[in-house]
Amino acid sequence: MADTMQFDLVSPERSLASTQATAVQIPGAEGDFTAMPLHAPVITTLRPGILSVTSASGTDEYFVSGGFAEVTAENASVLAERAYAKADLTAEIMEELVKDANMQRDASHTDIAAKYADDMAAAARELGF
Amino acid sequence: MPSLKDLKTRIESVKSTRKITKAMQMVAAAKLRRAQDAAEAGRPYAERFNAVMGGLAASVGKAEGAPKLLAGTGADNVHLLVVMTAERGLCGGFNSNIAKLARAHAEKLEKAGKTVKVLTVGKKGREQMKRDYADKFVGHVDLTEVKRVGYDDAAGIAQDVIKRFDEGEFDVATIFFSEFKSVISQIPTAKQVIPADFEPSEDSTVYDYEPDEEEILADLLPRGVATQIFSALLENGASEQGARMSAMDNATRNAGEMIDKLTIEFNRSRQAVITNELIEIISGAEAL
Repeated sequence: MADTMQFDLVSPERSLASTQATAVQIPGAEGDFTAMPLHAPVITTLRPGILSVTSASGTDEYFVSGGFAEVTAENASVLAERAYAKADLTAEIMEELVKDANMQRDASHTDIAAKYADDMAAAARELGF
Repeated sequence: MPSLKDLKTRIESVKSTRKITKAMQMVAAAKLRRAQDAAEAGRPYAERFNAVMGGLAASVGKAEGAPKLLAGTGADNVHLLVVMTAERGLCGGFNSNIAKLARAHAEKLEKAGKTVKVLTVGKKGREQMKRDYADKFVGHVDLTEVKRVGYDDAAGIAQDVIKRFDEGEFDVATIFFSEFKSVISQIPTAKQVIPADFEPSEDSTVYDYEPDEEEILADLLPRGVATQIFSALLENGASEQGARMSAMDNATRNAGEMIDKLTIEFNRSRQAVITNELIEIISGAEAL
C-alpha cells in the first residue's frame, strides 16, 4: 500500500507546494475532510479555510480562499484562487480578502457570493483576525 | 549632395537611435525572461483546471439544464470579440497581427449576417480596432497602470464579460491573443471562451462530486473564463516582449548598416573636397 500521495497546491500565478504527503486536510465546501493515500476519487469545491498538509518533514498549513480540490488514490491537487502559507497571512491580507468578498456579494447578489462572504468572515474569526 | 556637416549630424543621430534600440532590446530581453517565468508558473494551474473541466463537461455534457456558460444560449447571432493586445508599440507586428486576425474574424462573421461587438484590452488594440469598428465598441480595459498582470486583472475582465453575457448582450465570446512559441515566432490565436470549449479528458477515473456536478460547474465555469483570459494575458506578455526583442534587434542591426553606409559616403565626400582643393591649388600654381 502506498504510504504517501503526491500533493500539489497551485494558484493561477504560481505553484506553492508540491510534496509527498501522508495526509491532507482539505476545507471542502460541504465540510472539512482529510485525504489520505488511496482515497476514493473526489472533486470538491473549497470554502475559505486552512489547508493542512502532513508529510514526512512535518505539517505545513496554508490558507486558501476558495477554488477546488481533486483527490485520487495517488494525488491530491488543490487549485486555489488565492493561497498563502499560514505564516505569511497577515491581518491586512485577511482584511482585504473579507472586504473583497463583501464587495462581490454587494455587487452580484448571488447565493454563491453571499456564502463566500460569510465563509470568509467565519474563516477570519476562526483565525483570530 | 549633402554637405559634410549634414552627413556628420546624420551619423550622430543614427548612432543615438541605435543606442536607444539596443537598450530597448536589452530591457525586452530581461522582461521576456520574467514574462516567460510567469507564463510557465501559471501553466500547471491552467492544465489541471482544463483537465478537471474537461471531465466535468463530458459528464454533464450538453444536457438540458446545463449552465449557459457551457451549453451556450442556443443561438449564435451576437459575437463578442475580446481583442487583447499590448499597451505599448515598438514591438514589430505584434499588435497588428492580433488586430488583423480579429478583423478577419469580424468580417467573416458580418458576411454571415452576425452581429459583432468588440471589447479591447490594451491601448494598441483599441487604436487599431477603433478605425473600422468604432460603432461596435462595447468597452475597453486599460492595463496601462498594471506593471505585472495578476490573476485579479484577468478575473476583473472575466467578470465584466460574464456580466454582459448574463445580461444577454452576446451569445458567443472569442478572445484574441498571441501565443508565445519562441522569440521569433508568436502566433495570433483566436479562442472561444463562451460557451466554454473544453477538450473532453481521456481520463476515465470516476469522481465523486461534492457538491453535485451542476453546482461545481456553476462555481467553476466563471473561474474557467478567468483562467483562460489569464493564460492568454500571460502568453501575450511573453509574446509582446519576444516580438519587441526581435524588432529592436533588427532595428539595431539596420542602424549599424546605415551608419556604415553613411560613413562611407562621408569619407567619399571628404576625399572629394580634398581633391577639389588640391586641383584648385595646383591649377592656381600652374597659372602663375
